[in-house]
Amino acid sequence: MDDLHYSESHEWVRVDGDIGTVGITDHAQKQLGEIVYLELPEVGHVFNADDEFGTVESVKAVSELYTPVSGEVVEVNKGAVAEPGIINDDPQGDGWLIKIKLSTDDEVRKLMTADAYAKYVREEQEG
Amino acid sequence: MAAPVAAPAALKRTPLYNLHRELGAKMVDFGGWEMPVQYAGILEEHRAVRERVGLFDVSHMGEFVVTGGGALAALQALTPNDVSKLADGRIHYSAFLTEKGTFVDDLLVYRRSAESYLLVVNAGNTPKDFAWAREHARGDVRVDDHSARWALIAVQGPRSAALMAKVASPDPSDLPYYGFRETKVEGAPTLVSRTGYTGEDGFEVYCPPEDAERLFRKFLEVGRAEGAVPCGLGARDTLRLEAKMALYGNDIDDTVTPWEADLGWIVKMGKGDFVGRDALAAQKAAGVPRKLVGFEMVDRGIGRHGYPAKTGAGPGVVTSGTHSPTLGKPIGLALLPTAATAVDTEFEVEIRGRAAAARVVPTPFYKRKEA
Repeated sequence: MDDLHYSESHEWVRVDGDIGTVGITDHAQKQLGEIVYLELPEVGHVFNADDEFGTVESVKAVSELYTPVSGEVVEVNKGAVAEPGIINDDPQGDGWLIKIKLSTDDEVRKLMTADAYAKYVREEQEG
Repeated sequence: MAAPVAAPAALKRTPLYNLHRELGAKMVDFGGWEMPVQYAGILEEHRAVRERVGLFDVSHMGEFVVTGGGALAALQALTPNDVSKLADGRIHYSAFLTEKGTFVDDLLVYRRSAESYLLVVNAGNTPKDFAWAREHARGDVRVDDHSARWALIAVQGPRSAALMAKVASPDPSDLPYYGFRETKVEGAPTLVSRTGYTGEDGFEVYCPPEDAERLFRKFLEVGRAEGAVPCGLGARDTLRLEAKMALYGNDIDDTVTPWEADLGWIVKMGKGDFVGRDALAAQKAAGVPRKLVGFEMVDRGIGRHGYPAKTGAGPGVVTSGTHSPTLGKPIGLALLPTAATAVDTEFEVEIRGRAAAARVVPTPFYKRKEA
């Protein structure tokens, strides 16, 4: 069990006060394979929930990143931009992507728990 | 994040499908075939081929047999390269071309004897190519599709000759580049050629489908000492792109001529008539409007297949692009207006709405050191 909230598009959010840290899930990084390029927004950018906030590229494919929560970007993980492999190594820790000052705490409640997300991934794979 | 979708069930499978699953491969749809895209990871597999040896299942490739007293004459008319220059046991790179001089497909021609040739074509093009060859072949010649009779395993990398020497008899490691012979691997009748699609030394082993899994396992087992690993289509793509080998459907198709693709060396205008020759002569006389060049990114990002390019001489398009594992940076191929193809010319690639600077560079991106 963990304290993360999960989206159907395979991002997670960790809430600390009014700051939400966003990243991609371990399942997502496994599906992508070795990540070689990461594009993130500038600090100060404001997003609505489900907006595209960047892209992540593996050797083979590009995927868009969607923020599960609304708010203003207050920090981006420059370490992950410089060394995107960190997302593969530690997707739910050092491989976080952005921190957002949450406009509301309602959105987080609509996201999945770790258990619900694990079930969702299983069902998605079984098609 | 948009997750990649699992392959649907209707795809064709090679005789090695079950082994791929057992080895933990991630499978994808490639030209209607369910193929392994990677096992341990593209970067690791890529490195294994550059430094040691990698094993690829390329059984999806199509094989045609062209036989008869008129086989040579027919192939001279069907393909732009000069088949009369091939000796027994030798291979060359060639193509089928449309009347417009554009690619129906690119392919390899193996000369088994004066009256028997093997053509190896791209998997997804096999039905189209077969119909085209049957339609255009003239004279005392037979074209048969033997694709289902062969599985194909590529053994690629600097340690490939050492590996082949241990499993094949007679030993094919003295074969010249683009030479082949029939030999036995673990008792199975095979045709082994010194060819590949990686820019490394390597072999391609054609074997009966029922022997494929046994041979692949043997290569893995015997190759363990050489550091052999199974490799998927992901690494195959990064390897071929570093070596600037064209991929049908990406860099070449029925809108691109060999002049444009920088493959003029497979066209022998002096050998006599062949399908597409008139159009190629006309394009050469009028001037080739665009050319396939290698590029690197100046700005951050990866220019990928289909991304628009903007040059001082007009628009172009990226045909292939990836992160180069060997160079550790993005590389790609683009079809650009000829006036914008000199090395060091800067142009823009539109990466998802953003203009990113790129620069024309010499190719290949990677060339192996001669042994």
